Amino acid sequence: MHDLHQMIFAPFLEFSFMRRALAGCLALSLGAAPVGVFLTLRRMSLMGDAMAHAILPGTALGFLASGLSLGAMTFGGALAGLAVALASGFVARGTLLREDASLAGFYLISLALGVLIVSTHGSNVDLLHVLFGTVLALDDAALLLLAGIASITLVALAMLYRPLVLECVDPGFLRSVSRLSPLAHHGFLALVVINLVGGFQALGTLMAVGIMILPAITARFWARDVAGLLAAAVITGVASGVAGLLFSYHASVPSGPAIILSAGLVFIASLLFGPRGIVTAWLRKRTHLEA
Amino acid sequence: MSRPAVEFVNLTLGYERHPAVHHVNARVRRGALIAMVGPNGAGKSTLLKGILGELRPLEGYIRLDADLGRDIAYLPQQADIDRGFPVTVFDLVAMGLWREIGAFGGVRGAAGRRVLEALSAVGLAGFARRDIGALSGGQFQRLLFARLLLQDAPLILLDEPFNSVDARTARDLMALIERWHREERTIIAVLHDLEQVRSHFPETLLMSRELIGCGPTGEVLTAENLLRARRLNEAFDEDAAVCRRRA
Repeated sequence: MHDLHQMIFAPFLEFSFMRRALAGCLALSLGAAPVGVFLTLRRMSLMGDAMAHAILPGTALGFLASGLSLGAMTFGGALAGLAVALASGFVARGTLLREDASLAGFYLISLALGVLIVSTHGSNVDLLHVLFGTVLALDDAALLLLAGIASITLVALAMLYRPLVLECVDPGFLRSVSRLSPLAHHGFLALVVINLVGGFQALGTLMAVGIMILPAITARFWARDVAGLLAAAVITGVASGVAGLLFSYHASVPSGPAIILSAGLVFIASLLFGPRGIVTAWLRKRTHLEA
Repeated sequence: MSRPAVEFVNLTLGYERHPAVHHVNARVRRGALIAMVGPNGAGKSTLLKGILGELRPLEGYIRLDADLGRDIAYLPQQADIDRGFPVTVFDLVAMGLWREIGAFGGVRGAAGRRVLEALSAVGLAGFARRDIGALSGGQFQRLLFARLLLQDAPLILLDEPFNSVDARTARDLMALIERWHREERTIIAVLHDLEQVRSHFPETLLMSRELIGCGPTGEVLTAENLLRARRLNEAFDEDAAVCRRRA
């Protein structure tokens, strides 16, 4: 019992940086995981990855202008992400390019620009900070930002829930009964961007998308309807955050990758043993129902 | 002729400047049950998208009866719907109540009962809690008709309503369409089966990018018109010059 306490609770009880990291992971999971559910349901899982890279130049310019200022980097990142999302949306509607191709074009330009700015004006330490985040060094402002993003996301998703679901299942029907289709589409893209900016503060640009997508795809093996998927994704996100932080603490490894690896392990376990996973399906195949 | 429900005036609709519907002038009277017929690529679905306001005309315009507002019920082709999405039959059909419940209203009590009644009317009683992905093609088409029932709209647009359904389902769905016709709703249906059109649809609009004919089915579906429709459709030219035709 004592060992269990030492292993699981003591790190959080003894160190405030661990408690802050835990609060940060909780806020991230509450916001990013539900957004990830809708991204995967819209078959846009890789779009999150692209957008995570797209925010880099804005963040780098914010860093150049104000150093390691949370406000400037967040504002710059959100601006760059929204610009790429809107530009690719307009190109997809106005030209022969589809949205995935136009997004690839703009995010690659954005990423190259970001790496150029960071590598010519910052040190390697800055680059590491941007790429891998600092979940173990979240200050009050960063925690408030993450909590704010989670709150905005949950309220916005509650308001956009029905149009978003219809936009996924039957967009033609939504357009025929309501003018909310563009709001659902662009509002959702804005939620993706602000959650990636929040995730980037804690986990870095490379890892931020992990806490968005891995819990969402894990949830598919546990739940059947959208409400269940949202709940399962948030629980998976929180559990991965706790497990990753403990793994990082005990094994002395970087926390960002540890959290995403934990989420990855939960995904693999669910893929195999979840109620809708491979093994369960195989076992069920040996029997059948009457009707 | 009484005030039309839908009027096409010198209407040209298309994609990337290529007309899919070219200089069409036609009127659909209120309360009409009209089949829209023509070869593949004749512009039938494009015309429906034009009525829905999804496509902006390249030339001309579509005038909808002001009394109808934009109260239009639309049956899309099944290919336009993501049937792998985890939503139940009840929830998708309930969206037919959108004009009453909007983005936030609940579907409990009387509204919930209406959803179940609509499901029952199309022969899907007992299917409410199933995922839409578990339905067959015919059952899914019945689901979409249940949603149309709840929309209770004066103008109904049906894009290939009998595609991939068996004879019994087609008969049941046709009975619903005839019920709507008796209720004096205006119904425009894109169809391919000419025998079905001759048996059940009093009026027909024959398209082949251009209007071939619009009026009583017997007068429109002549061998001569059908041959003309086929020839016109085959005359499509990717390298066509700029159209100079005026209204």
